[in-house]
Amino acid sequence: MDRNPLRGRLFGGGPATAERRAEWALRALAVGVLALIAAMAVTVLSKAWPSFAHNGLAWFGGGGDVDSQLKAMINGPTEPARYIYHLRAWPLIWATILTSGIAVMIGMVASIFAAVFIVEFAPAAVRRVIDPAIRLLAGVPSVVYGLIGILAIAPWVEHNLISTQRKRSVVYVVQLTGANLSVAILILTLMIMPIMVAIVVSALETVPRSWTEGSAALGVNRWRTTMRVSLRTARPAIVAAAVLATARALGEAIMLAMVAGSRGFAPNPLDGLTFFYEPVRPLAATIIHLKDDLSIVPVEQTVYAMAAVLLVSCALLSLAGWAAKQPMKRYGIRA
Amino acid sequence: MTTTTPALTPPAGAVRMDRKRDSVRSWPLLDRIAWGMCWTVGIGLCVVTGTIVLFMAVKGVAYLNPKLLIEHPNASPNQASSGGFLDPIEGTLLITAVGIAIAAPIGVALAVWMSEYQRPAGLARAVESGVEMIAGAPSVLLAIFGLALFARPALAFLSQTSAGGSVYGKSFLTAGTMMSLIALPLVVASTREALMQVPAHVREASYALGKTKATTIRKVLLPSVRPSVATGVTLGIGRIIGDTAIVVFLLGASTRIEGAGGPPVFSTLRGTGETLTSYVLLNSPAGEGNAHEKAYAAAFVLMGMVLVLNVIVMRFSAARSQDEPSRWRSIVSSIPWIG
Repeated sequence: MDRNPLRGRLFGGGPATAERRAEWALRALAVGVLALIAAMAVTVLSKAWPSFAHNGLAWFGGGGDVDSQLKAMINGPTEPARYIYHLRAWPLIWATILTSGIAVMIGMVASIFAAVFIVEFAPAAVRRVIDPAIRLLAGVPSVVYGLIGILAIAPWVEHNLISTQRKRSVVYVVQLTGANLSVAILILTLMIMPIMVAIVVSALETVPRSWTEGSAALGVNRWRTTMRVSLRTARPAIVAAAVLATARALGEAIMLAMVAGSRGFAPNPLDGLTFFYEPVRPLAATIIHLKDDLSIVPVEQTVYAMAAVLLVSCALLSLAGWAAKQPMKRYGIRA
Repeated sequence: MTTTTPALTPPAGAVRMDRKRDSVRSWPLLDRIAWGMCWTVGIGLCVVTGTIVLFMAVKGVAYLNPKLLIEHPNASPNQASSGGFLDPIEGTLLITAVGIAIAAPIGVALAVWMSEYQRPAGLARAVESGVEMIAGAPSVLLAIFGLALFARPALAFLSQTSAGGSVYGKSFLTAGTMMSLIALPLVVASTREALMQVPAHVREASYALGKTKATTIRKVLLPSVRPSVATGVTLGIGRIIGDTAIVVFLLGASTRIEGAGGPPVFSTLRGTGETLTSYVLLNSPAGEGNAHEKAYAAAFVLMGMVLVLNVIVMRFSAARSQDEPSRWRSIVSSIPWIG
């Protein structure tokens, strides 16, 4: 057989030509998909440019109330020369960091426990239940999570956890309601746990049996064996799980738009417990929040700027996730 | 023949793990606490999932009445007169159909190219990371990219054009196209995984019979991976049904499905509408409707669809395989992103 069937005619008769056409068609499709991705990056970044250009690096900084800046932009003049671009997006970025960061930290610890439970301790009957449960948890649409959060959890938090005193103590700064950082983190943790549990479990399952048996033979109990042998081997997978889950958490928009309080406010950790009851609005949720004002050019460009921040962070995280998984290949483990 | 073989039992003492000797009671306190945490979190996950399903079922049974499923919605501030959600259900089905009609063939073709041809190698690697990037991109990002893409005059035929000449960019076709990007990585991953598991001698046998590579793919490989393609498509449907961001930006959020003029089917496809997810969002306190009974009822229908799809995937996929690692790997690849 010809080693390189592509070196030849593309048109004309015969099975060899049909062969070439098939490969070319598939290759064109692959190039098309790549082109679409490139177009996405270019479109988002170029549309985002005016917002970054007007604000410089201060775009990422704090200063003033971000909600009133956005309002000024929405109500601003319509002549291109007098567009208002002023934006200090730190509260939104801080909210994104807080929600995804805390959710991933809590989720990571919980997922490791859950994964060890599934691999080591769960009786067969529980195993049969937990596997579909995790699939289902991953499949629940985020709008349903949001609905449960806003209609069931938020009112409960407002009535039972936030005291009137606490509300009054910050009344001149921000209004505390049930939709706040704590509820957002709670639900976000639940939403990112399935992927983390699944990644860690599939890594633990591929740890060579003889390694754990060697440890068990030395009289080490099952928890210590898991900690010292299995989890250590699976460390790259745990890092990958955290990184991928962070990317998911950054991009979660609908649920956070519903339950996070939808206010461009930067909670201060020094406020103590009140910190967790303060409303936030992460970047992705802000994009949803501004969906009806996209016909206003500076607002549209600002929204693309937020999307650009998300795009770049997600691309970096996906790169980091790929890099984190590399050491696993040394053990011949595909995770 | 009535000879019976004695049951094979392992000799005493050769049992792999002696439960009594590895009793948790003999562990140090810290290890016992950790053991307790494992149980708590593991059982907790099951309980939370059960609670969500039960909660939605209770709310759904309380608020869903059959009339809601067959009535058209009305824009009304009053819950009693705002009608049902027939249009959102139709919208969900329509957008899923459009998305899968695009994602399935392209996904299978990409997977075939990535596992059977991969020439040039650099391009194959680039496509692989490209697909991975789409899988990791938040859907809100795809949504606003779609908004920029489909507002181009060259793509005006996919949606409506206003009197002023500006392209609206919102329709079932545009939203469905972006939805196909959500489903694409799932179809690709599932098909590719299956193609890689087809042993090389199957291909060689076909070549030995004088078949070309293209014929081998069409007549031998694709039929053998059909169940995996179906799994990927089902997972893709689940994603599309559950997505809200793309619908919010690209479907126009009209209360009813409104055609855009032209040939009958094409008119609807170019027109605007609403899906169950955007209906839930709109009727929740976060939206304008604030009709939480309707939102619960629609969310219940949505959950029902997700449950059915989950059962289908569980029945017909690697989920049934007894091999634990491959089953969990299939779960990993079935969760490209949340929500």
